[in-house]
Amino acid sequence: MAPPQSEPSGAPQRRASALSQPQRAGREVSHAAQSSEAAARASKIDSKSTGPVNVPKPESKSSPPLNTTAKFEVRGLDFFYGANQALYNVSLDVPARSVTALIGPSGCGKSTFLRVLNRMNDIIEETRVTGTVLLDGIDIYDRRIDVVELRKRVGMVFQKSTPFPKSIFDNISFGPRLAGINGKARLAEIVETSLQRAALWSEVKDRLKESALALSGGQQQRLCIARALATNPDVLLMDEPASALDPASTARIEDLIFELKENYTIVIVTHNMQQAARVSDQTAFFYTGHLIEHGNTQQLFTKPKEQQTEDYITGRFG
Amino acid sequence: MSAPSPVQTTQLLGRGKREGRIFQVLCWMSTWSSVAILLILLIGVAYQARGWLDWEFLTSFDSRRFPDKAGILAGLWGSAWTILFTILFSVPIGIASALYLEEFARDGWLKRTIQINIANLAGVPSIVFGMLGLTAFVYMFGLFGAQGTFQVNQLSFLGLTIPLPLGRCVVAAALTLTLMILPVIIVASQEALRAVPPSLRHASLALGATKWQTVSRQVLPAATPGIATGVILAVSRAVGEAAPLILVGATTFVLYAPGNIAAPSDIVENPQGLLEAPFDSFTVMPIQIFNWAQQSKPEYRQHVAAAGIVVLLAVLLLLNAVAIIIRYRSQKRLNY
Repeated sequence: MAPPQSEPSGAPQRRASALSQPQRAGREVSHAAQSSEAAARASKIDSKSTGPVNVPKPESKSSPPLNTTAKFEVRGLDFFYGANQALYNVSLDVPARSVTALIGPSGCGKSTFLRVLNRMNDIIEETRVTGTVLLDGIDIYDRRIDVVELRKRVGMVFQKSTPFPKSIFDNISFGPRLAGINGKARLAEIVETSLQRAALWSEVKDRLKESALALSGGQQQRLCIARALATNPDVLLMDEPASALDPASTARIEDLIFELKENYTIVIVTHNMQQAARVSDQTAFFYTGHLIEHGNTQQLFTKPKEQQTEDYITGRFG
Repeated sequence: MSAPSPVQTTQLLGRGKREGRIFQVLCWMSTWSSVAILLILLIGVAYQARGWLDWEFLTSFDSRRFPDKAGILAGLWGSAWTILFTILFSVPIGIASALYLEEFARDGWLKRTIQINIANLAGVPSIVFGMLGLTAFVYMFGLFGAQGTFQVNQLSFLGLTIPLPLGRCVVAAALTLTLMILPVIIVASQEALRAVPPSLRHASLALGATKWQTVSRQVLPAATPGIATGVILAVSRAVGEAAPLILVGATTFVLYAPGNIAAPSDIVENPQGLLEAPFDSFTVMPIQIFNWAQQSKPEYRQHVAAAGIVVLLAVLLLLNAVAIIIRYRSQKRLNY
């Protein structure tokens, strides 16, 4: 799998700082410098290149320190679809209020791992999980855990946007209504907040009662993000959220992820290594069900520890 | 031997085109021949009924001796009551069964057995359902003795009386028809539920909905057009059924409407009739038509029966139109 030949013109700039600084101002200042770096980076990226992906260093700080509080602690996770084992002894910490990217070739288990985190695999018959998965110290596979409550705290956005065939307002308010919130004013407030957080409010505020299916692909995906945010989760799981979108929409989604990172823990599965490099703080590389390597994104892309990681990043396979 | 000469190529093309066109014409003829037959029937019947189908026909009861005084009022009311109760019984049971089979039942021998049985029921001749209805609902297996021996008083403040066994009444007929059309509703609803994409269910579950919330708030509304289609087909079949209802007691010569409610004004005068009607004897339009078609006087056979047929078809059309409107509107909401 060859990395894309060039950056799209609307590509988001490399982050100046991962901490809660006025990020927009920071990015505007460094825009000129970043775009020339992006161009330089683009020219270096082509298939079968000898060096790893060149990830430009941010302007102000050398490498943003990862938030050390772990939101998820996964230890010794094995996952089985019937008789087939899909994940082998995976151990990973997902730090809070940061973006963790899961990369790897098709079928390596990254989507399965993502779905373990909110127990969406429970829907599939004959699946088995062993090992521990702790969310804020609580084992989510404990028999006493209410899966419904878990899914309210750990939201998910899917690859193909799936708006409900209802109005935009009804889409967003579905989650809160499930939680028992029924007051009109309160619901309207939640809908507005969620749409604002998903950077969609200005585009749809006059047509909340119209069908959600009338929105464009990128808008629908942002709607799905807003819908997930409406239940006020701590964590957002995103399974290739931008893979079905054009580059401009992809850029907007990535900007959105960057903004959301301040308040939410985000785990994103992506096929696009450039996206992982742009967006995430920590990256985990999966291959045929094994977690090969994980660590700080910059480190993983510039100085990977494992040979397999380097091979994948440079496009030798996958 | 290189590429075929231009002459050969055009010959090949010509043959393919001809076959295609012949097939096209055959398809066109098949479609229009069925429409043509239907039109011929309709026009023929309407022609025979001209002059005999008037307001008096719609508002009079039957008459053995005077064809011009015969009317279909008893059949109209009987059909209306029967269909009302059939819908009332069959739609909830049918949809609930389909929901259970599609959403909640685990794949296994039990589910397969149920589905095979439902599919088999769809092929049972309607007269057999008549026998079943007679034994199970009219006589109730003889558990309660002779007809009308016991009376159960429910809702005493309204004075509702349910005879046990039910005897030959509207409710027994409705239960019989319910059994008959249930397989159609269940199969159509199952198909409609299957057509709802799994991604919709996943999205709902991922937001923290329970299975029942997902089914009731997302899946069922999304499946409504398909379910409505199934219900239309099933109810249309029930409206036109005569065989099972003859057995279950839709008597052929009836001079009253169930509960003695023959006009809306009767409801106001005698609201008690509304409670008596479901357990009253009755007749339905197909049976009245059948009866007229067998009379010795030619006027009955040719004109009165034709008028009855036109009324029956009009009622069917009306039912279909209502249901199609429901389906169209719910479909419009779902497919933007």
